[in-house]
Amino acid sequence: MISFSVNRQHVNLDVDPSTPLLWVLRENLGLTGTRYGCGMAQCGACTVHLNGEAIRSCVAPVSRAAGKEVTTIEGLSPDLSHALQRAWSAEDVPQCGYCQSGQLMSAAVLLREKPRPSDEDIDEAMTGNICRCGTYPRIRKAIHRAAAMMPAGGAK
Amino acid sequence: MSTFQMERRAFLKISVAASGGLLIGLYLPGASKLAAAQERSASAFMPNAFLRIGTDERVTVIVNHSEMGQGVYTALPMLLAEELDADWSRIGYESAPVDAKYNHPIFGMQITGGSSSVYSGFEQYRNAGAAARAMLIAAAAVQWNADPASLRTESGTVLDGTNRKLSYGQLAEAAAKMTPPAKVTLKDAKAFKLIGTPAKRLDTPEKINGKAVFGIDVKNAGMLTAVVARAPVFGAKVKSFDDSHARNMPGVRKIVPVPSGVAVVADSFWQAKMAREAVRIDWDEGEMQTFSTSQMMQQFREQAKSPGTSVRRDGDPDGALAKAAQKIEAVYEVPYLSHLMMEPLNCAVDLREDSCEIWTGTQFQTVDRAAAAKAAGLPNEKVQIHTTFLGGGFGRRATPQSDFVVEAVHVAKAAGVPVKVVWTREDDMQGGWYRPAFLHAIVGGVDASGNPVSWRSRLVGQSIMSGTMFEAMMMKGKEYDPASVEGVDDLPYEIPNLAVESHQAKVGVPVQWWRSVGHSHTGFATECFIDELAALGHKDPYQFRRSLLTKHPRHLAVLDLAAQKAGWGKPLPKGRGQGIAVHFAFESYNAQVAEVSVTDGKVRVHRIVSAVDCGHYVNPGIIAAQLEGGAIFAASAALYQELTFENGRLQQTNFHTFPVMRMNECPEIETHIVESNEKSGGIGEPGVPCTAPAIANAVFAATGKRIRKLPIRMTEAV
Repeated sequence: MISFSVNRQHVNLDVDPSTPLLWVLRENLGLTGTRYGCGMAQCGACTVHLNGEAIRSCVAPVSRAAGKEVTTIEGLSPDLSHALQRAWSAEDVPQCGYCQSGQLMSAAVLLREKPRPSDEDIDEAMTGNICRCGTYPRIRKAIHRAAAMMPAGGAK
Repeated sequence: MSTFQMERRAFLKISVAASGGLLIGLYLPGASKLAAAQERSASAFMPNAFLRIGTDERVTVIVNHSEMGQGVYTALPMLLAEELDADWSRIGYESAPVDAKYNHPIFGMQITGGSSSVYSGFEQYRNAGAAARAMLIAAAAVQWNADPASLRTESGTVLDGTNRKLSYGQLAEAAAKMTPPAKVTLKDAKAFKLIGTPAKRLDTPEKINGKAVFGIDVKNAGMLTAVVARAPVFGAKVKSFDDSHARNMPGVRKIVPVPSGVAVVADSFWQAKMAREAVRIDWDEGEMQTFSTSQMMQQFREQAKSPGTSVRRDGDPDGALAKAAQKIEAVYEVPYLSHLMMEPLNCAVDLREDSCEIWTGTQFQTVDRAAAAKAAGLPNEKVQIHTTFLGGGFGRRATPQSDFVVEAVHVAKAAGVPVKVVWTREDDMQGGWYRPAFLHAIVGGVDASGNPVSWRSRLVGQSIMSGTMFEAMMMKGKEYDPASVEGVDDLPYEIPNLAVESHQAKVGVPVQWWRSVGHSHTGFATECFIDELAALGHKDPYQFRRSLLTKHPRHLAVLDLAAQKAGWGKPLPKGRGQGIAVHFAFESYNAQVAEVSVTDGKVRVHRIVSAVDCGHYVNPGIIAAQLEGGAIFAASAALYQELTFENGRLQQTNFHTFPVMRMNECPEIETHIVESNEKSGGIGEPGVPCTAPAIANAVFAATGKRIRKLPIRMTEAV
């Protein structure tokens, strides 16, 4: 049995501890907003937060989550109210949308650490997240927009 | 599927386990009778196949094209809502089932391709909206005992000259009893309120909260997951396999042979993948086991030395070349490319004795259904396809052989259970159906004043139509594949002597359309060569193009717009160069100016300015997004991407060996749209062809070196 919390709810699972967290989230917990893209931490589509840090869940064994807090895209906000989600809407960021959960989860950590990120900060934080549709220019704008929306002192 | 529909259809099952933990399962009962009944009760009025209006005021637009990022779930509803005078905030969308009613008006089947969704639906969706509006007005006229001609509509309501008004929801049931109009009058373009505005995409909310359902997310109760061990070499067949260890691994339910290999069916993806690694397969590798792309390109170079099938011949290209003051020869080469959608291929199948339900992100419903029916041994009408969101398509999900759908039906049949076949990234990349590798051998000459007098293009590459059901239709009476030569056979430049010849190579690598199809290589070769001709006569590449396009005002307009907005010819920071390109494809005109620098052999693209004329446009916001995305897609190919084979085996496996442009490498992109009342053109693909040549020409401007091979490697520049 492995216990951890997902989006502030406690879960207790009987799974092979070496199973990547990604597949446990998607298949055992039905949280399909976290996507599979590469399986080797190359594309960032599977990005979730583990105790507040952005991790690639496709290469993280579920055992790594034991006793910790996992946040997925479904837990970013209950109602699209996160500044990043509002900015993503305002800039009409998504195209196919498949990578966007991972983009948002990476951006959320960036904004928490750097409430007013520079372009270089954005490059550094977001370069691990591939978007095949090419939404990068809009992601960049949306991150700046979200930063401007938030009160000084950082993200919620 | 629309947000509100998903809320009804998808319900989270949450139960508290004995341990105190939560067990959450997402079920999508695709064929749920309950869901269907709920839908009917909410949709009081379905005047035609393309919309429903509920008593709750919701207008649901049924979209006959697949949403793969290009924005059809917004653009097609805009067309309908415009003529319906609907309240845009109450518009939803839903993917169409497979039915002849939803056929592409030009192609005669359900397909999303050729950048044609908006222009082919331009009247189809407006007519559907206008017909519904007429019936709603007729219903209000009956209720008020008024002359329908005295009534008007606005934002989801019918109004008369006094203060009376009825909402579409209030009228829905009565409107359903009205006779559909025999003929409708569409609005004059001047009266458009929605068409031409940058309306926000309707699908954004579910794409930023994790709720959007892609094929890979589908899970029905009782459905298992499968991965397939496929041939390591194209055409290889399974001789024998040993699953004695894999069979006993955790979660494994079945291991079954299928025509494409050996399928491992398990409770979960990870269990299936682990067990697949334990299956030992002995392959008969067949003819392709010695195949190498380096040898193939050498053969292409040899083939290009002899004349090919004539595609176009103006004047006397050879005679004019002999008399030219200066000549230049160039060989351009482009590699096989993977579509590399972010969502790897997948397909879920529930095969029963007399029915087959399929959930997948496909661009090719009609063809997939027929192929699935054949594999299942059922008549077409017993097969239904539920089109999910597509996590990218770029052509890969419209395969004439329906490879990923047919295979999933075979797996379901062999395993005897509902199953979702999931491809790993490696499976997807090695699965074939690539953009074909091509070689263009071009020779041209200019006169003493630097004006071009002759051009001969000789192409060598595989046909994407040959051997498919489209061969007869597309290659009718021709000894070449039009999709191989599109973009060079209609070279717009005024050159009196011109020859285009094609060699159709026979290679056992499966190939097909890849975003912008033939234009993805013809744009590169022709726009680089015209630059080389300009340099030969010491002319400015922009002015040189202008002088040869005097009979092509739409080419000229985008060229001028891109050059002007990019500040063509103005001083640039040290080390930078600008390159330009213009191309017509999919009924639209695009020109781009790229600005690059080269440091230590590495090309950095700083800025791309893209100008488009796609005729009468529907949503400038989506157009800008497609131009941005098209340029980035093409820049990835130009700078990084190449598939190579050795001993029949693909050398690339994942993003680390087949890279995609990332945030830190992404240039600034500026887009501009020409105001136009011409017929609408495409937008998903037209923004691709100009990027590679604009970058390559900019590299020449910055370094004096010509790029003739993609991806760009400065060590190979000449």
